Amino acid sequence: MNSVPPLPPAVSTAAPSRPASLRELFIAFTWLALQGFGGVLVVVQRELVERKQWLTHEEFIEDWAVAQVMPGPNVVNLALMYGGRTFGLAGALTALAGLLACPLIVVLLLAVLHARFAGNPAVEGALRGMAAVSAGLIGAVGLKLAVALRTNAVPLGWSIAICMAGFVLVALLHVPLLYVMLVLGGLGCVLAYRRLHA
Amino acid sequence: MSAPVHLVMAWHDWLNLFCHFLLLSLMSVGGAISTTSEMHRFLVEQHHWLSQAQFNDSIAIAQAAPGPNVLFVALMGWNVGLNAGSMTAAVFGVAVTMFGILMPSTALTYAASQWGHRNRHLRVVRAFKQGMAPLVIALLMATAWILASAGGHGTADWPLWAVSLASCAVIWRTRLHLLWVLGAGALLGALQLL
Repeated sequence: MNSVPPLPPAVSTAAPSRPASLRELFIAFTWLALQGFGGVLVVVQRELVERKQWLTHEEFIEDWAVAQVMPGPNVVNLALMYGGRTFGLAGALTALAGLLACPLIVVLLLAVLHARFAGNPAVEGALRGMAAVSAGLIGAVGLKLAVALRTNAVPLGWSIAICMAGFVLVALLHVPLLYVMLVLGGLGCVLAYRRLHA
Repeated sequence: MSAPVHLVMAWHDWLNLFCHFLLLSLMSVGGAISTTSEMHRFLVEQHHWLSQAQFNDSIAIAQAAPGPNVLFVALMGWNVGLNAGSMTAAVFGVAVTMFGILMPSTALTYAASQWGHRNRHLRVVRAFKQGMAPLVIALLMATAWILASAGGHGTADWPLWAVSLASCAVIWRTRLHLLWVLGAGALLGALQLL
């Protein structure tokens, strides 16, 4: 493992790059956590997939699927999985520490400050503006990842149908996530299983 | 209701808190945020360790701060500790709630993902990972929708919707840094335009 970051090559199935050391892993997760206002998912996709190219779109979706199904915060699970794959248990704990240590200090400082500025209309307005932006950012990640459905084992027509049904059930009808996962996730898995060769 | 709470937290109370968060961790499929109603029942209604205002603020502050949303759990521990009377107790409260909410799920996810990685060539494992992809995308879009409609005033919130849509388009189509978009949203809000 050279410490010189390689230039990203064109599209390939395996991620073109990876962290050279635990230190680099820690710094990467600290940096992306500190950029993640209103959630870290968007930044993970930007930093790890687009900039550092430690993960491909496809790998990111697969990891995110597992991270959602397992108990625990999704981004925490993703950090554990990625760190564990690159450096084993030490990597998993390093990524987790990077994700949580600095943001924990920041959030405690904010809690101390909050009492003083709670009633300020400019602060309240800024928070509302940032919340609206972070909703849009998560939508953008969904749109970007949708590209990967074209090469997915699930036939494209079925993928689109599952996407639309999932959105309606969760966003509009507020059906509990567990049922949606069992039915629509299960359907996707069966469709994929039939298309994949043993 | 938002009156300050004064507590005496004995060792068995802390242990009770810790064990409850260990359990919640195993139930937190979809993120710790999905167990908030149970946390509310336990911390506010049953034990009165947090006031309603402290509970709401813990979630709101963690949402606005950088970092994973799970840090709202740390703020709850922090506030329980403050209610018990000291900064030291607050730090201890953070440790109790964060280790509680993270240890079981972390151990389970790590073990499962190592197993999945070793067996990644199995047809079942590949089918699971690829088969979930359409739903993963649906859930992202649903999360965006739910967050965007959190203002709760329907069409009267149209400037907020416009900001959400515009930032979605910008991040989807350009490589502009996220912080510029967030900063722009914060500025518009601070100027009372939203």
